[in-house]
Amino acid sequence: MIVRISNEGQYRVDDGLHERLDALDNAAVAAVEAGDEDAFHEAFEELLQVVRSQGTALGDDDLEASDVILPPADLSFVEAGEEFTGDGLIPDAV
Amino acid sequence: MPGIGGRMSTVIKAKISRLLDRAEDPGETLDYSYQKQLESLQNVKKGIADVVTAKKRLQMQSQKLEQSVVKLDTQARQALSAGNEELARVALERKNVAQTELQSLDQQVAELEAQQEKLTDSEQKLRGKIEAFRTKKEVMKAQYSAAEAQVRISEAATGVGEEMADVGLAMQRAADKTEQMRARADAVAELEAAGTFDDLTTLGSGQDDIDRQLAQLSSSSQVDDELAKMKAELGQGSGGGESKQLEEGQGS
Repeated sequence: MIVRISNEGQYRVDDGLHERLDALDNAAVAAVEAGDEDAFHEAFEELLQVVRSQGTALGDDDLEASDVILPPADLSFVEAGEEFTGDGLIPDAV
Repeated sequence: MPGIGGRMSTVIKAKISRLLDRAEDPGETLDYSYQKQLESLQNVKKGIADVVTAKKRLQMQSQKLEQSVVKLDTQARQALSAGNEELARVALERKNVAQTELQSLDQQVAELEAQQEKLTDSEQKLRGKIEAFRTKKEVMKAQYSAAEAQVRISEAATGVGEEMADVGLAMQRAADKTEQMRARADAVAELEAAGTFDDLTTLGSGQDDIDRQLAQLSSSSQVDDELAKMKAELGQGSGGGESKQLEEGQGS
């Protein structure tokens, strides 16, 4: 599957990693909901690290759409909170 | 199966898709679609130029503040050598304010620098995708029937569109940052306009509003420490005021 890390690039990642990525993704959101900043950064950074280290970067001339899109690596805890309580990093379509 | 289950990526993906939906129909005629992509690329370039302008402005302010810090420090020494401890204190208070502003400016310049790099990188990627799209478009036109080519190109355009939405996101974040920096730069400019970093020798002795604010702003203990240190360097006991030497590093 193709995973995009926003503002960074796309990676081709083995489908087998899917569950692990989901678990980390959900852990990051759970940490945001629990107000646990450290846990959020831990889960989010590990998530990105798995994608970067296990995935193969797509070339600039690759025209594939992504299956998974992750937020930018410099997403702050505050931004993450806003993202999941409505008023997000990417504005909701009006 | 590449199903998408993570809650974070689901939210982000849905939002990116909505951004894409708002963009022009990727299935529109190939050449038109390509033209639109080129226009987007121009906007990205403009966005980068804006960030560079904001950064230069901050850098100039930062340089001015650096000069102010040096000048106020020198003036504090001069005032102290002349036995005017009050004036020296005011100079040091102002130096404190200038230093605090300087630190925050430098940090923001670094942040803008990072934004600029990221945007430049994004622009390059987008350019690559658009170029690939152009090539693919020509191949499709030659090899397939118009209808068939249209469908295949739609898929390719989605890939470019996603990249564009992503760059759009990066630009939006950069614009937010730039806006914050502008506010900060304006605040510094106001301090400048109020004469905070002006030549002290041209000031009257009266305490103005700024002086009072400054006194509150700067931790007076820090000023006291610096004043004491300066006195020691100048070889003064307790405000004697004989030494006029301003050399640095007279031993500690």
